[in-house]
Amino acid sequence: MTLTAGAFYLFAFVAVAAGFLVISARNPVHSVLWLILTFFSAAGLFVLMGAEFLAMLLVIVYVGAVAVLFLFVVMMLDINFAQFRKGALQYIPIGGLVGLILLAELVTLVMAWQFGDKVADNVTAPIPAAEQVENVKAMGAILYTDYLFIFQTAGLILLVAMIGAIVLTHRQRAGVKRQNISKQVARKPKDAYEMVEVKSGEGIGSASKKG
Amino acid sequence: MVEAIYSLFGVESPLLYLTAIVLSILAIVLPLLISVAFAVYFDRKIWAAVQMRRGPNVVGPFGLLQSFADGLKLFVKETVVPAGANKFIFLMAPMITFTLALIAWAVIPFDAGMMISDLNVGILYILAISSLGVYGIIMSGWASNSRYAFLGGLRSAAQMVSYEVSIGFVLVCVLMAVGSLNLSDVVNAQSGGFWNWYFIPFFPIFIIFFISALAETNRPPFDLPEAEAELVAGYQVEYSSMAFALFFLGEYANILLMSAVMAVLFFGGWEAPIPALDFIPGIFWMLAKIAFGFWMFAMVKAFVPRYRYDQLMRLGWKVFLPLSLFFVVFYAGIMVAFDLLPSQG
Repeated sequence: MTLTAGAFYLFAFVAVAAGFLVISARNPVHSVLWLILTFFSAAGLFVLMGAEFLAMLLVIVYVGAVAVLFLFVVMMLDINFAQFRKGALQYIPIGGLVGLILLAELVTLVMAWQFGDKVADNVTAPIPAAEQVENVKAMGAILYTDYLFIFQTAGLILLVAMIGAIVLTHRQRAGVKRQNISKQVARKPKDAYEMVEVKSGEGIGSASKKG
Repeated sequence: MVEAIYSLFGVESPLLYLTAIVLSILAIVLPLLISVAFAVYFDRKIWAAVQMRRGPNVVGPFGLLQSFADGLKLFVKETVVPAGANKFIFLMAPMITFTLALIAWAVIPFDAGMMISDLNVGILYILAISSLGVYGIIMSGWASNSRYAFLGGLRSAAQMVSYEVSIGFVLVCVLMAVGSLNLSDVVNAQSGGFWNWYFIPFFPIFIIFFISALAETNRPPFDLPEAEAELVAGYQVEYSSMAFALFFLGEYANILLMSAVMAVLFFGGWEAPIPALDFIPGIFWMLAKIAFGFWMFAMVKAFVPRYRYDQLMRLGWKVFLPLSLFFVVFYAGIMVAFDLLPSQG
């Protein structure tokens, strides 16, 4: 048990510290790297809670894909972030206020939250203990039965958003030469060159007229 | 494996349990590093044989100690950090590459029960770790503060992200047939002789997986991140000494890992090819299959020319992605139609 507790405090401390460094690092690339460490520690916390499937998804989706794109953009953009930060201090009061309100709301929520009397009657399927059923199977059994339409709708919304982003940023420019792979592969030697009899002293001028 | 070592102590204590974990990690990592050294030798020998050369043959009998001599040479050289480099990230990058290449081995089953951790989400774990591998390369490319290194890093990042998608779909096909994400379950589902191994029913996606694995490990013909003809050596151009050695070891450990994953997913892991050979320990078959996978990787390196970068991207997104997506639907349809889905656990 002490091992688990130690691991929890380690992950929690690293997550909070790295989260703080995300916003305090001067170099934006460092910020993204700290963000990755935060994601990673959060994944560790998920594992400790027995939610190994969520932990792996967090690593694959956020660390493996989203953060890579962040890193890409931050590395490629030539933005002077120091200049951005110049006036940042004047926003501290309002930012702090928003943070305080969020914190107060969260605290109220957690304090007031309790299971209703009739929850046990309303549950459609019995809830097995966490050790009895695998994460993946438990989530699949819920996502693909009770919440099938919501799940599919969420997927569709993401698909539409993706296609929308591509359509909005895609521009057709005139005069761009495109590669047609099948055309290139289907090209035969006789389409590409022509054998010409060149008489001495006359050059190739008359023969190449037809090409 | 951890439990087996722990029970050897005979006394219960959290400290001893930690010791057992460390011992079982060492039992995997030390043989792995030694086999990486021989894998480099094996690779060079195959490459030489295809080109009708002799390959390394001076250090030790048949040149067997060549890799160790190279390692020693790298070890005693000076680590040069470029003046404009971001020192911390520059030195972190090879360590991350090397560590990630090692920790993925935690879930590989060498025999029934012979693995550090029998994770329920073993396949996802391997996918997660291999998707992290891109960080070592992109960090080294950025921190080197050199154009060649940066271009190599960006290329590699785009390449690994692209081919991960089709690897993911291939895994989905196999998982549908197994009904579990646990690697031991994947092997058990293929028991009873080579005609039950998944490379027969899943032959098309096995090919997709093999080619994607080549791209994922930056092996020729997809070694564009280090394409020496255009980028000198890509992301590792500024590295010397042990930092370079860590990249090199990590690369080969990753190739062996991909061979091991291929053995587990498509060649029945520790199972013998025919049941009559079951008396030979499973670890022998597993290692033989890993060696076979590595041999295929080496042969591809020997006789396939390097792709152009746009061709590589086209292959990943326009050929493999639709094809693997089609096969997911195809295999799911077949399994539902002929009632081949594994029973609901």
